Amino acid sequence: MGTTLYDKVFDAHAVRPLESGQTQVFMDVHLVHEVTSPQAFGMLRERGLGVAHPERTFATCDHILPTSSLRRPFEDPVADRMMAELETNCGRHGIRYLSPDRGEQGILHVVGPELGLTQPGMTICCGDSHTSTHGAFGAIAFGIGTTQVRDVLATQTLALEKLRVRRIEVEGRLGPGVYAKDVALFVIQRLGVHAGSGFATEFGGGTIDAFTMEERMTLCNMAIEGGATCGYVNPDAVTFDYLRGREYAPKGDAWARAVARWTSMRSDPDARYDDVVRLAAEDIEPMVTWGITPAQSTAVTAPLPAFSADLAEAFEHMGFAPGRPLRGQPIDVAFIGSCTNARSSDLEEVALRLRKSGRKVRPGVRALVVPGSQKVRERLVAAGLDRVFLDAGFEFREAGCSMCLAMNPDKLVGREICASSSNRNFKGRQGSDQGRTLLMSPVMVAAAAVSGCVEDAREVFA
Amino acid sequence: MNELRRSRIAGKAVAVDGHDIDTDRIFPARRMRCVTFDGLGAYAFEDARRRAGGRHPFDDPARADARVLLVDGNFGCGSSREHAPQALLRWNRGIQAIVGESFAQIFFGNCVAIGIPCVSAAPEDLRKLKRAAAADPSLEVVVDLETMDVSAGPLRIPVVMPESARHRLRTGRWDSVSELLEGKKEVESAAAGLPLIGE
Repeated sequence: MGTTLYDKVFDAHAVRPLESGQTQVFMDVHLVHEVTSPQAFGMLRERGLGVAHPERTFATCDHILPTSSLRRPFEDPVADRMMAELETNCGRHGIRYLSPDRGEQGILHVVGPELGLTQPGMTICCGDSHTSTHGAFGAIAFGIGTTQVRDVLATQTLALEKLRVRRIEVEGRLGPGVYAKDVALFVIQRLGVHAGSGFATEFGGGTIDAFTMEERMTLCNMAIEGGATCGYVNPDAVTFDYLRGREYAPKGDAWARAVARWTSMRSDPDARYDDVVRLAAEDIEPMVTWGITPAQSTAVTAPLPAFSADLAEAFEHMGFAPGRPLRGQPIDVAFIGSCTNARSSDLEEVALRLRKSGRKVRPGVRALVVPGSQKVRERLVAAGLDRVFLDAGFEFREAGCSMCLAMNPDKLVGREICASSSNRNFKGRQGSDQGRTLLMSPVMVAAAAVSGCVEDAREVFA
Repeated sequence: MNELRRSRIAGKAVAVDGHDIDTDRIFPARRMRCVTFDGLGAYAFEDARRRAGGRHPFDDPARADARVLLVDGNFGCGSSREHAPQALLRWNRGIQAIVGESFAQIFFGNCVAIGIPCVSAAPEDLRKLKRAAAADPSLEVVVDLETMDVSAGPLRIPVVMPESARHRLRTGRWDSVSELLEGKKEVESAAAGLPLIGE
């Protein structure tokens, strides 16, 4: 009986068994940001501990940055203080800080892969639940809390239990206008938001094999929304091609050795899984969430579910009528960004459709494009695509987490409804406790922006 | 006697109903603009409390000194922010234990890491417990990790939690850093067998 990638990577990083029955596991890469790390560095100071492996620790600032201007000091003194604290902590411990001043900044789950830091067979952790994104490379990557951030800073290890492994297999060809985001939302709709708990999710099958790295990142990013702390895709030629030549990718002779090692980490063809779920790509349409969890979604062509007691809170918060279609629902804000969907291909796909259709943002709609990193932004600008967004009536902003979680000035106001390419539609998530979030793919957000309401992007950009 | 042991937690209960209560709701992101966990207790469930205009369970004077939180399924889903359990721990006298149907994985781990046991009960048993606690705010609820049950007056319901977490809490070794530091030599030999970064 074969072994899964998850088990191989876990075993390769196991340091020793612990008294609790857990295993001490070595972390190859630790990503650090300004929000969940200051307390961890504080705990180190209290105990007189240092950082065990600064060469495996990388930091940047993403959550609290204003996306209007990166000029210091920020208008918000607390944000400025948090950023200064991170800079100081990195300086003191010799941690590489990916600085906005050098054009290296971005959302951690965008810049890690960009730098080639994220590699197959690695263990990667970060005080952020969307660390699952890095699983796209065949890494075991997951979010941790601040006390664990301290543990990793101090020892480069964590006390972990082996998870079970569920394989989610998607076969077939996605229809035109159906994206990785739709696959992610479809999976969560089918399995629910808690099904992944206790599991690592292996995504596979022909549909996912055919995905680009950026599509795989979108899919793995949302593994956590289905309850799985980590999701991954087995590494293949697509993975290796993406990595070749990147700053931290192995060079020279080391490259061939790395590829051999990465290949050996793949799940064996006869690997045993604790659960297997099979889905057909043909069943997936552009998806839109209508409620207050990422599982409360519907195909854009389908009506909302009927009323039930379980859905009462969602219907009440959203103010939508059960059984009616969401299509035609007016929106106030369109947000294209976040660690789910703010990579080059996401934004290029939208720009292409805007340019080809000549459609403009509907008056009255506030529309934001927030690149996932400074490098993504630069690339778009170099291709002249910033002009396409601006001409279409979008704001084209600096890189950051922006309106995904409203820890910065980008927020919903009052009861506003936002068509959003982000990952969470929780109550209050986008900065107003009355605000409402409709999750969808970036192209669907653009369709909503130019229509002023939820629409089927396949028709809007036909 | 090891004061860090968490084998029996007793106190009044406060219940927050609803499945899939995410950590944004437990602790709103805007309040994470801070560099310490001090004073976060005031912001636990801040939005829901404001909306409820004083009628939220966390604002009920009869529950003000509650130490046991009763919840439903998938409590703590979403963001990995430890600020959420830290805020619960710092609310009034501090939540010391949580009883629910199930917990999101990262939230559960964060709770264990700061010494808060989260135990799971069958939905029907949980309903009975909540009913008892609702009827009598002064009812003492006891979460017992030795016998793995929760009792409240004449009611006693079985609960479960992963053995490793139970072990950590019962022995008082829920803060893992000391144990991890003890493995320093083994860590370095394991690291030596792994590729370097940017090799």
